Amino acid sequence: MSNAQRPTAQVGPGGSASVGGVDPLGGPAFGPPSAGGAGPVDDAAPERRVAAWRLLVANPVTVAAAATLAVVVFVALTAQWIAPYGVNEVDVAGALQPPSWAHPFGTDDLGRDILSRVMLAASTSLQVAVVSVTFAFCVGVPIGIISGYVGGWLDTVSMRVVDVMFAFPVLLLALAIVAILQPGMATTMLAIGIVYTPIFARVARASTLSVRTEPYVQVAQTMGTPWWRILRRHVLPNITGPLIVQTSLSLAFAILSEAALSFLGLGIQPPQPSWGGMLFAAQGFVTQAWWMSVFPGLAIFVTVLAFNLLGDGLRDVLDPKQRTRMEARHR
Amino acid sequence: MNVLEVADLHVSIGRTDIVRGVSFALEREQTLGIVGESGSGKSMTVLAATGLLDAPGARVGGSAILRDDRLGLARLIGASPKALRRVHGDAIGFVFQDPSTSLNPLLTLERQITESLEAHRNLTRRAARTRALDLLSAVGIPTPENRLDAYPHQLSGGQRQRVMIAIALACDPGLLIADEPTTALDVTTQAQIIDLVRDLQEQRGTAVVWISHDLGVIGQVADDVIVLQQGQVVEHRPIVELVDAPAHPYTQVLLAARPRLGGSPPPPVDDSGAVLLDVANLDVRFPVSTPTGRAQIHAVRDVSFQVRRGTTLGLVGESGSGKSTIANALTGLVRANGSATLEGQPLLGKVPRDRRRRLAMVFQDPFSSLDPRIRAGDAVAEPLRVHRLRPGRHRERVAALFDLVRLPTAFASRFPHELSGGQRQRVSIARALALEPDLLILDEATASLDASIQAQVLGLLRDLQQELALTYLFIAHDLAIVQDMSHDVLVMQEGVAVEYRPAGELFADPREEYTQRLLAAVPPERPRAARSGR
Repeated sequence: MSNAQRPTAQVGPGGSASVGGVDPLGGPAFGPPSAGGAGPVDDAAPERRVAAWRLLVANPVTVAAAATLAVVVFVALTAQWIAPYGVNEVDVAGALQPPSWAHPFGTDDLGRDILSRVMLAASTSLQVAVVSVTFAFCVGVPIGIISGYVGGWLDTVSMRVVDVMFAFPVLLLALAIVAILQPGMATTMLAIGIVYTPIFARVARASTLSVRTEPYVQVAQTMGTPWWRILRRHVLPNITGPLIVQTSLSLAFAILSEAALSFLGLGIQPPQPSWGGMLFAAQGFVTQAWWMSVFPGLAIFVTVLAFNLLGDGLRDVLDPKQRTRMEARHR
Repeated sequence: MNVLEVADLHVSIGRTDIVRGVSFALEREQTLGIVGESGSGKSMTVLAATGLLDAPGARVGGSAILRDDRLGLARLIGASPKALRRVHGDAIGFVFQDPSTSLNPLLTLERQITESLEAHRNLTRRAARTRALDLLSAVGIPTPENRLDAYPHQLSGGQRQRVMIAIALACDPGLLIADEPTTALDVTTQAQIIDLVRDLQEQRGTAVVWISHDLGVIGQVADDVIVLQQGQVVEHRPIVELVDAPAHPYTQVLLAARPRLGGSPPPPVDDSGAVLLDVANLDVRFPVSTPTGRAQIHAVRDVSFQVRRGTTLGLVGESGSGKSTIANALTGLVRANGSATLEGQPLLGKVPRDRRRRLAMVFQDPFSSLDPRIRAGDAVAEPLRVHRLRPGRHRERVAALFDLVRLPTAFASRFPHELSGGQRQRVSIARALALEPDLLILDEATASLDASIQAQVLGLLRDLQQELALTYLFIAHDLAIVQDMSHDVLVMQEGVAVEYRPAGELFADPREEYTQRLLAAVPPERPRAARSGR
């Protein structure tokens, strides 16, 4: 509180002096220090805000994560043209070659170039992860928010349905969906999306329940705000923290789920490569050809890590308290 | 003989100095009051001086020496955790602010009281139980033998605080630390706890350090007072001298800002006596589920009142009396029976949105009644957007509203956590005024502010009423500020309106026993020490 005098000096003339006939000694009783806990804010005169993207860019970790993702997306889009070998170029004589100049990531049991396959798989794996998680988010979050906010029988019914979906093992549920529809990429996305929907519904509902009772939501109700507006303006922004964490986690698990489905022959159909599919194919060769599992695994690891770090950076910028601190540092 | 001697106490966290050179000494049977507003370092001072401070990165300097009959001299700052454990609970007892969280909900009262006896005195279970029984009757718990096996949730807030005091006194400590022990309690309960501590202190010769933000309470308990401002002692004198001749300007502000009985509201803006809000036979019941099935809480029982245009109706009562429920029923947050009309148009049940516009509400807690993610300016503009008013001209309107509540317009771009409590409450008031309502419901709107800030916000509300010819429904538990604001007063007790009269009459001659009790419980202006001649 040592620097408390500075901001209060700014506050004084506008606010305190003219009101109520009490002279608060030029400010200290009126300004931030008396708020109890307004602490670090006092250093910053936050009259001029810093744009959100500037704060994102100011964080080197976030920038690195975004750059990594950009590279992954670029590779996914252009893999057909920049991959050194064809994705299904079989060369049985050159099978299970360790990394070399000709094949930087080595070759697999059919002699296919692993670097080329990892590059081409990027497109498949990213699509599956992003589309299925987007589906789960867009379906699950509204269900969760509405049932949490409205409550009553709607909440009871939708949460029992969610419970039932949770009770099934994830893989079994996905298997059932794939079995009903034709196996393929679209079905895989849909199956993973449906399996992840209840998770988002649960997270959104739990957070909504705590936000719903906050006085600022009651204030909005007393001024006649329509319910959908309260949900969009007050509830959704205040539950973004847990949702972002859940999204970045789910992206990672979606890539792995796709791998599991592909392994059972129900996901991406060979010979179309996917990171998960390559990992599973490499299982039998772990002792002979470590490169078969390490490089697709590394691709998953790097992508998932980048998603998580970018999510963390976003969450910090979206949280007003963190933002004040970041803005102070920025200046 | 001094029980506690503190010299040149310093506490800092990081580069921030929180306590800067506090010194005091305390004798047997003496009470030292420590006053200051939130953030002034009151609690930090006492926690650091008694070796209880447990904040990460906090550095404590200076010395604190405890003199105890049994344990002899003990150094409290820089002592080992083991040495401190011997002192805490044995030679020093502690009572904290919130009795609902400082008792363990899973243990019976007996277990909680005997804990320190078993730790420090090696008493047997049976002996400890006898002692616990004595303590419970000493702190005035009725039928203590039945209460020993009770759990905290079976007690009222005041009783819980009595149990906390019993725990603190279990080992007959020479020093009792009471950190805002009555702040979470109703006024009548507060008066009882003050009397209890004073009685026990006289019987046992305990020295007490009593921390409070409320000079009225301190005047009731303290012999000497320390006034803290930003971690520094600005005044340290006997209470009577301090109240009669405050030397430091900060003390003078604190004294002037203290709510006192005897004020009167500004004249009504509108003398026509036209009724704006007419509430008849309002009745609210809440269904609650208990372990034994569904039950109902009858929160408001058949309450009727009228608010005349341009006047203020004060709604008073202790916690649980149903005053906030009335506000919530009028704003449509809870369902109610009976009738309520605003200039003849019904307010209960399904109400068109532009009728909702005509009354606005300001809530108690300035920290949670603003959305943390919405900037102050946008929060004030929110009602305009909801009701699609003045599209494209929100910025000017927000600037005008900020002006009205005496906030710099530049604050519009701040997030709520970047404002102080008083500033946040001003933003809430501006938001409530955005739609030019006829009736403003103020639900304990100043209760969680420091006294000087509270005085400013009350002054603002009085000015606004004059400027804009507003009508207020003013809900509060503090009779002194109700007297300052209200033209009529309605006293509530357990959901029933017990007394409803013009403010002047009611304060001059309270008819009901409950109203008299409430008035008697307000700490008087003069310290108790001045009356008893100590």
